[in-house]
Amino acid sequence: MKHVKVLGSGCRNCVTTAALIEKKAAELGVAVEVEKVTDMAAIMGYGVMSTPGVVVDGTVVHAGGVPRPDAVAAWLKG
Amino acid sequence: MFEVFTLLADWAAYDLAGLAPATRTADALHFFVEDVTKIFTLLVVIIFVMGLFRSVLAPEKVRGYLEGKPRGVAYVLAVLLGAVTPFCSCSSVPLFIGFLEAGIPLGATMAFLIASPMINEVAVVILGSVVGWKIAALYVGTGLAVGILGGWLADRFRMERHVEDYVWKIRMGQVAMPAPDTTLRGRIAYAAGEVREIVGRVWLYVLIGVGIGAFLHGFVPQDFFARFAAADNWYAVPVAVLAGIPLYSNATGVIPVAEALLAKAVPIGTVLALMMSVVAISVPEFVILRKVLKVRGLAWFGGFLALAFMAVGYLFNGLMP
Repeated sequence: MKHVKVLGSGCRNCVTTAALIEKKAAELGVAVEVEKVTDMAAIMGYGVMSTPGVVVDGTVVHAGGVPRPDAVAAWLKG
Repeated sequence: MFEVFTLLADWAAYDLAGLAPATRTADALHFFVEDVTKIFTLLVVIIFVMGLFRSVLAPEKVRGYLEGKPRGVAYVLAVLLGAVTPFCSCSSVPLFIGFLEAGIPLGATMAFLIASPMINEVAVVILGSVVGWKIAALYVGTGLAVGILGGWLADRFRMERHVEDYVWKIRMGQVAMPAPDTTLRGRIAYAAGEVREIVGRVWLYVLIGVGIGAFLHGFVPQDFFARFAAADNWYAVPVAVLAGIPLYSNATGVIPVAEALLAKAVPIGTVLALMMSVVAISVPEFVILRKVLKVRGLAWFGGFLALAFMAVGYLFNGLMP
């Protein structure tokens, strides 16, 4: 089970990012738990200033903009 | 280089639609086809090339550059970096907090936030290509000046008082930016992603902007603007700024409107004031900034921008009527 956090204030790009990760995980058959983090102090705690950011199992893998689908697949497989 | 778009518009308006040249509908359709094809082509090409070279700066890096700089240097650096750093307005809040947390003065942070949406390399190249390089240079120069002045005033009048208290308590973690993929394949994939993301975000504003421009170009007679927007008409500039407050577009979408107005001999100061007001003063941006600024701070910010854009308008209408 992978724990994925999408960091963002709830803007459209953040919603798109979370949906993309869930879709990719379903395609690849990877069990994930996607959590949306909207608390600003928590987001900044990860050192992320450009949202949406993505955290996989505690590591920041992406910041700023909707990630590319192949990048999402790589995080889920890795 | 851009004649191809004019020829395409000629063909669409006179051959395909079969309209007689110099009629209102033909003029409007011609404007629409020429601008839509030209602006979208430029958008895709410029964003792709910028993406290849990764000349775009991440806000995380900008924070590092501004940290610990003397105030005077920080204002100038902040507007210049703001001009070349793209960020989605939904990142305004973490960016604002991140800058202050690094000890960057509020003024430099505000200067960055003023300059960033108004000026970006994509909009500047399109403005230069569509309207002319003189106007593009004036737009960039005054945009940077307004940002620097706004930053200086924010510090001079201690606007820190109007920042929400929780902002000062947030501590930021170590910035952990994943390393970018710098192989050619990685660069192309990144550039293509940038094109998709940015064009996906701005296309509707551009279409609406070109639509308004085409309508003004084809259907609104020049006398109308001569009567209401001449340089000696004192209220044209404030009306342009006030009209721009509820209207919102990004910097690229407002260009075709400016093009149409300038072609109708609306004075340059009035057009610049309208463009800046439409791009920099917007309800969605203010709703986002309300999360970090108290109502008073926001009122000062909006009031400053409106007055500054009016000053820009009168200045250029006076200098080049």
